[in-house]
Amino acid sequence: MNGVEGFMYPNEIGLQWSVLIVLYPFITGLVAGAFILASLERVFHVEAVKPTYRLALLTALSFLIVAPLPLQLHLGHPERSPEMYFTPHSTSAMAMFGYVYLWYLMAVLVFEIWLDYRKDIVLLSQSSKGILRILYKLMSLGSSNISPRALHIDEKVGWIVTLIGIPSAFLLHGYVGFIFGSIKANPWWSSPLMPVVFIFSAMVSGIAGVMLIYMATTKLRRQKIDMRCVDTIAMYLFYIFIIDFSLEMLDLIHRIYEADESFRSLDFMVHTKLYIPHIVIQIVLGTATPLVLLFITLIVKFPEQIRKRIYVTSGCLAMMGIFAMRWNVVIGGQLFSKSFLGYTTYKMALVTREGSLVALGLAILPLFILWALIKLLPPWSSEKQAQPATGD
Amino acid sequence: MNAFKDAGHLFRFAGLFVLAFIIFLVVRGYVVPKSFGQYGHYRGNAITDIAAHPAKFAGHEACETCHSDVADAKNKGKHAHVNCEACHGALAKHAEDPASVTPAKLDTAILCARCHTASAAKPKGFPQVNPADHSNGVPCETCHQPHNPAIADAGGAK
Amino acid sequence: MNLSRRHFLVLAPAAAIAWKAVLAGTPDQAANYKLSDHWWGMLIDVPKCIGCGNCVRACATENDVPDGYFRTWVERYHVNDENMTNPEVISPDGGKEGFPVAAEDAGKYFFVPKMCNHCADSPCTQVCPVGATFVSPDGVVLVDPKYCLGCAYCVQACPYGCRYIHPEKKTADKCTLCYHRITKGLTTACCENCPTGARQLVDLKNPKDPIHEFLKTHPVQVLKPQMATGAKAYYNGLDGSVR
Repeated sequence: MNGVEGFMYPNEIGLQWSVLIVLYPFITGLVAGAFILASLERVFHVEAVKPTYRLALLTALSFLIVAPLPLQLHLGHPERSPEMYFTPHSTSAMAMFGYVYLWYLMAVLVFEIWLDYRKDIVLLSQSSKGILRILYKLMSLGSSNISPRALHIDEKVGWIVTLIGIPSAFLLHGYVGFIFGSIKANPWWSSPLMPVVFIFSAMVSGIAGVMLIYMATTKLRRQKIDMRCVDTIAMYLFYIFIIDFSLEMLDLIHRIYEADESFRSLDFMVHTKLYIPHIVIQIVLGTATPLVLLFITLIVKFPEQIRKRIYVTSGCLAMMGIFAMRWNVVIGGQLFSKSFLGYTTYKMALVTREGSLVALGLAILPLFILWALIKLLPPWSSEKQAQPATGD
Repeated sequence: MNAFKDAGHLFRFAGLFVLAFIIFLVVRGYVVPKSFGQYGHYRGNAITDIAAHPAKFAGHEACETCHSDVADAKNKGKHAHVNCEACHGALAKHAEDPASVTPAKLDTAILCARCHTASAAKPKGFPQVNPADHSNGVPCETCHQPHNPAIADAGGAK
Repeated sequence: MNLSRRHFLVLAPAAAIAWKAVLAGTPDQAANYKLSDHWWGMLIDVPKCIGCGNCVRACATENDVPDGYFRTWVERYHVNDENMTNPEVISPDGGKEGFPVAAEDAGKYFFVPKMCNHCADSPCTQVCPVGATFVSPDGVVLVDPKYCLGCAYCVQACPYGCRYIHPEKKTADKCTLCYHRITKGLTTACCENCPTGARQLVDLKNPKDPIHEFLKTHPVQVLKPQMATGAKAYYNGLDGSVR
C-alpha cells in the first residue's frame, strides 16, 4: 500500500521532514566548518592557511544567508516564524535557532568580516562612484578612521570575536545535532553523540568546501595555487575526518553491541532501504575512500599535479559523504515505524515547494551570493577583480 | 580618552545593536498576544477557543430528555450501554431543534453486521454470527428489535 | 416513537434551551467548570474492544478529521506462539470501516484502540519552539492552531505516532480529548459511540468517578512506559506484544 511494508502507525506513513531539512544542517555545517578553518589562522596562528582566511569568512557568510530559506519553505506558517523571537520556548532546542542564528550572523561573522575588511571598505568608499560609493559609505558606518591605532584595535577585537566565534560556531551547528539527539521517541536519532558527530562532520564538509572553493577560484583567476596552504588544509581535513569517522563507528558498534528493541528494525533498514545512501555513498565512497586517499598523500610525496587531483577528488567525495550523512539521519530516521514493525518510502517530488529542484537551487544559491561578495569585498590584495566562482 | 577616539567605529556598531534591540522590544510589546503566559508558555485564550467548538454528537442524556420511552426499553436489554448516536449518527442539530433535522432511517443490514459479524479476532464471549448463515438474507430487525434485541418469543434474552 | 404531542410541546423547547446553554459554555466562564478541579485521562479496556471502528468514525465526524489522518485509530494484533516479539499488526484505514474477518487459527487476536495519551510529562510539548502546544491545567494536551508554525517537531517527538500536520490548516493536529465536550459535562465522541464500553473517559481528580475506582482495583498499563511520558491513557488487559 503506497510504499509501506509491514505495519506503521497510520499518521507515520508520510514523511514530515523533507530534503530541505537535510539541506539545512548541511548548510549550517558548511558555515561552522568554514569558520573553524578561518579561526585556524586567526587564533591558532597556522600561517600556512592564511590565503584562505578571507575566502573562508565570505563562504561562511554566503551559506549563512541562505540557511534560513529551507526552513522557511518547510514551515506550514512561515509568516509566524517571528514567534520564535518573541516567545521562544526555553525547553525546545529548536527555539534557540532564532537567537543563535542572529548572534552568529551579526555578533560573530558580520562583525569579524567588517573588522577585517574595514580598511578596504573605507578606501573603497573613497575611490568608487555611484551606488557602490553609497553602499561602502553605509558599510563603514560613517567612520573613516583607519589610523594604525584604530586598525590595531580592530585586530585585537577581531581576535576576541574569533575566539568567541569558535564555540558560537559549535553552538550554531551543534544545536541542530541536539534537535535530533534529544528525541527519545526516535532511536535512530536519540544519542548523546549526535551533536558531536554533527559538529565534526560539519568541520569536514566546511574545510573540504573552502579548500575546493579556494582551488577553483584561484584557477579561475589564473593564479598559482599555494600548495603549502592546500597541503596544510588537507592535513587538517584528514585529522578531523579521522575523529568524525571514529565517532560514527563508535555509535555503530555501540548500537550493534547493545542490540536494544529498535536494533532489528534499524539493522534491516540500513541493509535494505538505506543501503545505497548509507553503506555505499556515506561510508565507502564518502568516508573510507577520501580517508585512504588523504592518508596516502600524507605518507607518499606525490608531485603537485597528482596531489591537486587527489585533493579535489577527496574534497568532492567528502562533501558528498557528509550530505549523505545528513540524509541518512533525517530521512533514515523517518523511514521506519516507531512500532518497529514496518517501513515507508520517501517520495521526493521534483517541482513542489519542498522538492528536489528547490533543494538544488538552494544548494547553489550560496555560490552566487559568494560571487557577489567577492566582487564587493575582494579577498585578494591584487588589483584584478575575482572571476565568478563556480565551486566544484 | 585617545583609545576611545580610535574606537569610535566600534561604538557605532554597538549602537546598531542597541537600536535593533529597542525596536525589537517595542514590536514584541504589540505582537505577543495578551493572554500569552496566563497559564503557562502558551496563549491562554487558546483554551477558550478550543472549548468553544460546537459539538456534533448530542450525547445520550440529551436524547433521553425527549425519548425516555426508548431509553427505558433499551435499559432493560443487552444494548443498554450502546448509546443512541452510536447507531443513529451525530444528532446535536436534532437535539437543538428537533424539527429542523429528521434522523435518517437506518439500514440494519450494514449497521448490525458492523459489530456482530463473526470473526476469530473478536472476543469469544461477544455475540457474533455469520450474517449469511444466520438469517438467510432476512433483515435483522425482523426478529431483533434494535433497542432491545432479545427475541421475546424464544423466552428470554440471548 | 410514542411521544404524545403535549409531551413534545413541553419537552422540546426545554431541551433546546438546555442544549443551548451547554453549547454556549466556556470552561473558565461556566459556573460549574473550574480548570483546577479536573485532571483528565482515558481508560481503554482491551478485552472489550470488538474492532467495530465506531470510535474512529465518530471522532472523524465530531472533529472534522481529514481523510487519511487519524486522531484515533484501532490496531488489530495477531500473536502466535512463535512471534510474541514480532506480532502481525494491521490497521486498515485506521480501522475506520472495521476489520476484515479473521480466520480461526492457533494464535490470539485482539484489538487495541490508540489515541493521544495526553502525557503529563509530554515530550511533544517540550519540543515546541514557540509554545503552540501545551498541557492544559486540567491535563489535556492541546494545540493552538492560531499560533502553530507547522514545523512538525512535535510530530517527530511523539513516541506514539498520534500527531500529524493538518493538510489544509498546515498546523499540528491531534486528539483533543474532545475538550469542547468534556468541559461541558459531555463525554468524548469516541467514548459516547463505543458500543461495548471499551473506551471510558476518566477524571483522575474526581474520587467519585467510577473509572477512577476501576483504575485503583485493576492492573493497568500505559504504552511505552520506559519513555516515562506520564501517559494518561490507561490500558486494561494490555498484551506484552503491543507496540
